Amino acid sequence: MAIPAWNEQGSIAQVIAKVQEHRPDVDILVVNDGSTDLTAEVASQAGAQVVSLPFNVGVGGAMRTAFLFAKREGYQALAQVDADGQHDPADLDRLLAGLESADVVVGTRFHPGSTYVVGGPRRWAMILLSKTLSRMNRGEISDPTSGFRAAGPRAIDLFAVEYPAEYLGDTVGSLSIAIRRGLVVEEVPVTMYFRQFGRPSKNALWSALYLGRASLAILATGVADNRVSRGDSA
Amino acid sequence: MISSFLAAFTAIITFVFVFYLLRRGVLQEKYAVLWLFLSGIALILAIFPGVLEPLSSVLGVATPVNLLFFATVSLLILISIQLSFELSRHEMRIRRLAEEVALLHERLDSQDRDKE
Repeated sequence: MAIPAWNEQGSIAQVIAKVQEHRPDVDILVVNDGSTDLTAEVASQAGAQVVSLPFNVGVGGAMRTAFLFAKREGYQALAQVDADGQHDPADLDRLLAGLESADVVVGTRFHPGSTYVVGGPRRWAMILLSKTLSRMNRGEISDPTSGFRAAGPRAIDLFAVEYPAEYLGDTVGSLSIAIRRGLVVEEVPVTMYFRQFGRPSKNALWSALYLGRASLAILATGVADNRVSRGDSA
Repeated sequence: MISSFLAAFTAIITFVFVFYLLRRGVLQEKYAVLWLFLSGIALILAIFPGVLEPLSSVLGVATPVNLLFFATVSLLILISIQLSFELSRHEMRIRRLAEEVALLHERLDSQDRDKE
């Protein structure tokens, strides 16, 4: 279980405790992404293993560190959960069970019975992204920007070397890479809580930029397939 | 005449400044060479602006100065793209190093814990 965390001292302990409560058998790795607060100390005291990056590299870089760690330590599965407490670790069982038939399992926040609602231009941007990736995948991916997911051995090998670090690369881009490399991507429904701290404001301009960058993330992962051979290997 | 004096002066200043940076060791040779070469060209053009005239008539550019502007802008764009490319590569490498440092650090810490 990997938790990328950047200045999350307020919520990280609670997230760790909830994971331990539901799955005492999983190891918890907190990737402290250059936090300037007490995230690392709090996480360590809560019983998680902590890897501290020397400066902030973004969720993508933090996750690649986690995948590298998982690969070198010989883990067969790696699940990811956000540090801000918006995911429910009770869904972890379903995510991990999904790995039996898939390489990557994405927890979708859009399903009948979900209380997670997105409105306005942001909604349209997300639908368009979802449609594009679902078509590439030949299977439904209703929530490509979800940060609650699990990866099996084949995905760990791939993501340890190639995990897009740019904005949206960590979510949309990584799925695009997985699909292009022939990995099986499936989704399971998960519960979504609202952010415990702050909500970023979103308007039409933001959505347009968001969509543009996401499209770029999908395109970039297509043409950058030979990146591994250019000295960026693990 | 006055404008070409200004151009020559700027070219010389650029040349001297880049050379100074090179000597101080803050600019790598591979980058300095380019700027020294370009300021040399600029100096030649400032002293002998007539060189441009046959060139622009061959290329079909009406005014020599337009050729100069066009060439300059194109060159600067190319250099900027090249620098963005270098910067991206460096960011990728630094990030990879940061990840390795973090993992090594963790491994050392866990070894220390095991000893205690």
